[in-house]
Amino acid sequence: MLKPGLTLFVLLIVSIAYAEQPVSGYEFLTPETRAMQDDDFENPGMSAVDDGRALFHQSNADGKSCAGCHGINGSKLSTKHIAKYPVYSKELQRPITLQRQIHLCWEDQLENIPLIYDSNDSVALETYVRYLARGEVVDVDITGPMKPFYDAGEELYNMRFGQIDMACVHCHVYHQGKRLRGQVLSQGQSNGFPEYRLGSGRITSLHRRLSECFVSFRAQPFSFGSEELINLEVYVHARGNGLKIETPAVRY
Amino acid sequence: MRIQSNQLNFLLIMVVMFLSVMPLVSYSANQPYAAWKNHNDEIRLALNGLKGDAERGRQLVIDQNKGNCLSCHHLPVPEEIFHGDVGPDLHGIASRLTIGQIRLRIVDEKVINPLTIMPGYYRHPDKLRLVANEYADKTMLTAQEVEDVVAYLMTLK
Repeated sequence: MLKPGLTLFVLLIVSIAYAEQPVSGYEFLTPETRAMQDDDFENPGMSAVDDGRALFHQSNADGKSCAGCHGINGSKLSTKHIAKYPVYSKELQRPITLQRQIHLCWEDQLENIPLIYDSNDSVALETYVRYLARGEVVDVDITGPMKPFYDAGEELYNMRFGQIDMACVHCHVYHQGKRLRGQVLSQGQSNGFPEYRLGSGRITSLHRRLSECFVSFRAQPFSFGSEELINLEVYVHARGNGLKIETPAVRY
Repeated sequence: MRIQSNQLNFLLIMVVMFLSVMPLVSYSANQPYAAWKNHNDEIRLALNGLKGDAERGRQLVIDQNKGNCLSCHHLPVPEEIFHGDVGPDLHGIASRLTIGQIRLRIVDEKVINPLTIMPGYYRHPDKLRLVANEYADKTMLTAQEVEDVVAYLMTLK
């Protein structure tokens, strides 16, 4: 027989253990990989930053560019604001991700050919803009109109998917720090995205990384830019509120 | 002996026919889901009454596309460098659990621990959500493969 008092005590201990501080994936890296991330000349993610920088300053037929409004090297952008994405859009009545905001500028202000979610140019621009806010503290609002989307993201985070029948929470909350074969499970924090993955050898957006997890669950992944992945992005970024942006991070 | 062109044609037709039938053969090998009962934390009867092969089971626990047990458990498999520690060490597991308890834990650990990270290797496919088409309506291991892994784990006294 379980005593109610004992059960409550155990639940309390378990909840304290999980309600811990967010820890960046950086802390789970070897010293060599940390050094690679820290050195802009060694960091392979910097090539996406360079691509994004070029697109940011590239003029369209009318001589307009991102830099035209936001300043050379994004000098007029607020890094604090960048760190708040995804933010609530009154117009869309839902959260808007940084990548989608870049699309809107690109299409509406510059009248360029629309960008496709997660295409190389789209991710390069997101990487560049988030890199401008490197060192800024992640600060996603989860109150007011953002709350239902945060809650929907949390529900997905805890939901089992696929033939493997596993949820994000299993690896990144319950078993963080443990080893899956040779790989140490991190908290799955998103403060370094888009990040360079040494395994695949490419710059990887958060939506692509989430999709990779779904594929490893043997589940049907959600499409890039979908409502589900945006809600997950809200939840995952907010879960890392307080961490410093590391874009472009280097991970395994 | 020289092969006549009509003989070659016949051979080609036979090869094409064989290849086109192969997927059907492997499909028909997908047996219907074997019913099982949880008796007091045990599945006492072998799935479909099948007999396991410990040597095949040992291969399945290593195979990343099959059991992949090493992903989360330490096992006496010295030729593999990396063993995970998400789940308990399985050295000597047969001295701690009965064969029926081991079978239940492989078939569907969630019966015992609903919060577990461990996949149900023979969990009913109807209980799964958003499975990729490639794996739809299939269990992770076949009934025979479950029995093979059980037979292997029973050697770990």
